[in-house]
Amino acid sequence: MDLKQLYQDIILEHGKSPRNFGKCEGYNHDAKGYNPLCGDKVHVYLKLNSGKKVEGLTFEGEGCAISLASASIMTELVKGKSFDETRDIMNAFLNMIKNTSEIRSNHLDEDQKTKLMSLSGVKQFPMRVKCATLSWHTLISAMEGKKEEINTETID
Amino acid sequence: MNIENIKSQFPIFSKKINGKPLVYLDSSNSSQKPMCVINRLNDFYKNEFSNIGRSIHSLAVNATNKFEETRESVKNFINANFKEEIVFTKNATEAINLVATTFGQQNIKEGDEIIITELEHHSNYVPWHFLRETRGAIIKFAPINEDGDVIIDELKKLITAKTKIIAVTHLSNVTGTIVPIKEIVEIAHKKNVPVLVDGCQAVPHIKVDVTDLDCDFYAFSAHKVYGPTGVGILYAKKKWLEKLPPYIGGGAMISEVKKDKIIYAKLPEKYEAGTMPTAEVITFNESIKFMESIGIDNLMKHEKEIKNYALEKLKKINSVKIIGNPKNKAGVIAFTIKGIHPHDIATILDEDGVAIRAGHHCCQIFHEKMNLTATARASIGVYNNKDDIDMLCKAIENCRKIFDLK
Repeated sequence: MDLKQLYQDIILEHGKSPRNFGKCEGYNHDAKGYNPLCGDKVHVYLKLNSGKKVEGLTFEGEGCAISLASASIMTELVKGKSFDETRDIMNAFLNMIKNTSEIRSNHLDEDQKTKLMSLSGVKQFPMRVKCATLSWHTLISAMEGKKEEINTETID
Repeated sequence: MNIENIKSQFPIFSKKINGKPLVYLDSSNSSQKPMCVINRLNDFYKNEFSNIGRSIHSLAVNATNKFEETRESVKNFINANFKEEIVFTKNATEAINLVATTFGQQNIKEGDEIIITELEHHSNYVPWHFLRETRGAIIKFAPINEDGDVIIDELKKLITAKTKIIAVTHLSNVTGTIVPIKEIVEIAHKKNVPVLVDGCQAVPHIKVDVTDLDCDFYAFSAHKVYGPTGVGILYAKKKWLEKLPPYIGGGAMISEVKKDKIIYAKLPEKYEAGTMPTAEVITFNESIKFMESIGIDNLMKHEKEIKNYALEKLKKINSVKIIGNPKNKAGVIAFTIKGIHPHDIATILDEDGVAIRAGHHCCQIFHEKMNLTATARASIGVYNNKDDIDMLCKAIENCRKIFDLK
């Protein structure tokens, strides 16, 4: 196991100064996520425009460096994406962490893929996978307009 | 027994974790096992195995005798009056559930009150919550102060004519607070309110004398006392066990079964239905012998020295904050580091072979009260020494370096 791979500079930096932190102006969807194992919480605010594309995306919450960085990077990567594109990116991300070790999605450019790959170190730390995936599941929940809170103990 | 060399009795410490020697600071969660305990479990399965109870063959007689010997040892270890007051369960959680369920059935009506404290582990809250759901009981929380001490005067004020039971921890698994049980029992008994004590964290680390405490119920787990998993112990005053209904029904807990009536077994079998963790209960006797061979006074002195050393060293590290400062504190140290989440601390420490716990430690009420989502926790066992604490501090420094803290 390699700590340096887990705590890459970009992760530490996003963890320390998360992007798009707070409530976004005029949001029309939101959802909460919770990891009961550690008490981490995330609240995702989403503004979908009339074309059902992500116009604004922010989050609030408390969590470890991994979960904050993952949420922060997520808010940067899915701006302008449709629901299907967002879901495709999330699946590519989950797949990378759990199986493939690479990002397979047509909706991200190489720089964006590199950014998302900074979370690949989580693969070696199974206890931390949920830290990285919580915000993504919460975003999908917000998009689907689900009311109940996302709980890491009841999702894959 | 020489406490300085005690590590050598625990085979796990010859193993490497992530290529580093193991520094185990998670004994509040569960303790490691000495060779004598591991050998006993192995020996029993190899040479003596049988179920206990009604068989007449030699192996069964031996196993039954050994099982009862553990009961006798537990009785002496916590200074209970009668062997029948010791009931074996799956764990302390089940022991508390046993009391909550059976006591609740018999004594709790809608509007009756149960007092617990803000220090409680979920296992001493959720079973009482069931009574809130099923019987309309009211749960009142005795508050703690900033130091993590239960405010006894406030607890006193909560007792009313409707108070049916007080359930309280003996030793907090977050702050290490040693709760003045004797005082609480005296206050409660003056109002005829029985007291259940969650002694999980106390039994491995301080002297426990249930007769002196005069509590009505006392629950703990074997696995935290250098014993095997799968065994919990409920001490209950005989008058309660005789009066309360049985908990789990099945074999061994009956004396006579007819189509129209069932007569339950005498104590303690009334509460031990089905096949018990026979090998583990028998093995637990070795854990008690191990504790006795060290001597509880020596053990307490040793752990106090290591705790004080740890507190002193941790306080010197910038941005480390110790959570709670109780009047009497055992070797359970919850802390935070400003700028690093406890989960990140635990992952980074683990790379250095240092095993701690991060999270809410099954005490969300406490964390909420203290405005914390999570803490890191280092908890001391008899095998820990000053080198372990030095290693902990070194690993924390490494954390700070990775996170670039000044």
